[in-house]
Amino acid sequence: MKQYLLSVCYQAGSTQPAPEALGKIMSDVMAVRKEMQTAGAWVFSGGLHPPSSSTVLRHQNGEVVLTDGPFVESKEQIGGITIVQVADLDAALDWARKLARATATPIEVRPFMEHRS
Amino acid sequence: MAVITRFLGDISLAEEAVQEAFATALARWPQSGIPPSPAGWIITTARNKALDRLRKEATRSERQYAAQLLIEEEQLEEHDVHDDRLRMIFTCCHPALAPDAQVALTLRLLGGLSTEEIARAFLVPPATLAQRISRAKAKIRDTGIPYRVPEATDLPARLRTVLAVVYLIFNEGYSAASGDELLRGELCDEAIRLGRLLGALMPGEPEVLGLLALMLLIDARRDARTVGGDLVRLAEQDRERWDESKLEEGRALMRDCLAQNRPGPYQLQAAINAVHSDASSAARTDWRQILELYDQLMVIAPSLVVALNRAVAVAEMGGADRALQLVDAIDLPQYYLLHAVRADLLRRLGRTADAAFAYQIALEKCENAKEREFLARQYQSLTRN
Repeated sequence: MKQYLLSVCYQAGSTQPAPEALGKIMSDVMAVRKEMQTAGAWVFSGGLHPPSSSTVLRHQNGEVVLTDGPFVESKEQIGGITIVQVADLDAALDWARKLARATATPIEVRPFMEHRS
Repeated sequence: MAVITRFLGDISLAEEAVQEAFATALARWPQSGIPPSPAGWIITTARNKALDRLRKEATRSERQYAAQLLIEEEQLEEHDVHDDRLRMIFTCCHPALAPDAQVALTLRLLGGLSTEEIARAFLVPPATLAQRISRAKAKIRDTGIPYRVPEATDLPARLRTVLAVVYLIFNEGYSAASGDELLRGELCDEAIRLGRLLGALMPGEPEVLGLLALMLLIDARRDARTVGGDLVRLAEQDRERWDESKLEEGRALMRDCLAQNRPGPYQLQAAINAVHSDASSAARTDWRQILELYDQLMVIAPSLVVALNRAVAVAEMGGADRALQLVDAIDLPQYYLLHAVRADLLRRLGRTADAAFAYQIALEKCENAKEREFLARQYQSLTRN
């Protein structure tokens, strides 16, 4: 089994969908999550607050310095993540397809490194 | 290669093992004679080489992996080769890989071309191509692209990617997008070889046969397409120089497709080329039938390029005026053929100055030296009169 990170991507500065549309998206996403859980593929998922809510820590000259704001100002941002555990990329892509339909945003699929212990 | 990859689950490891097995065969067979099943011998030897290496290089976890392989040891027979090649094709053409990586991998792992040859055919430095291939292999490994034939529900979409890769290889060979050589025959041969392989592996898929038919019917005109290195248009080609055996094979495949009654874009394009090939002269071409086929193509696989070709058929049926209207409505400003077709239509309509201007634009957009020479000749003949 392999684990994959499915990231919900959106363009920086894009406006949030209207409340009723957002409600529909949320319930669709929850339905996909339920399906993942029933199939035993779901590991974790969660939505993220905007990048402006982040704090960055840097190790400098033996000290850890805190700064406000995201590490990189990027055009593409991550709105939420899901981690699935499945047999191979095709299985991960099947879930990502469902998530892309539910969220109506691009989904990036990225494999985790395997740690054979 | 394909069998060993399934066995080992790693393309690079499989490649090295197969190379070693061939090296052993070269050393041994001259003395011992060729074994009764050469392919089986190579497979078994390559598998043993790979297992030896895994044992030698094993860290603890890899040793477990090798042990697992031994436990799962199965009888490897030559008939497995059939299925394994099919798996390999779908892995090489997985949509998660970039198109240029799909092409490079397919040619390298299923075709008969070396990395050097592929690099030359695609006009990229060998190091670039080698890197492209090794990156693609790493992605297959790291991202867990499965080594298997897709399930029935995914098959149509996945097969489209496979066919697109093979046709891209063919087109790159037939009308090289850039460079000085009009035809890079080895790529056409390779694409047709892959098409035959697909046809043998998936005889029940009419689009597979349709693509093979299409490539054969086009490739039959290869020798007639140039005279003294200069490009000759279909209408002006010496039809005696068309390869009758390729045409016949293409037509026979078309008959098989028609019998399956599941039309698709490749079959329709093949049918269009079959109509061309049936005409004893350009003037006798059945343009009405060609137009009908383009109409069907516009329904099942509409594209701007198809629309452009359809406009050419309209012009051939006597409607140069109407064709020009159609061409002017096609939004493909960067495509040199659009400007070349436009120029030709304007010339027919007697609008010489406009035609000359269109040829100039076509010349600007065209990157193939031979096609440019052809366009330049057209342009010159226009301005001379």
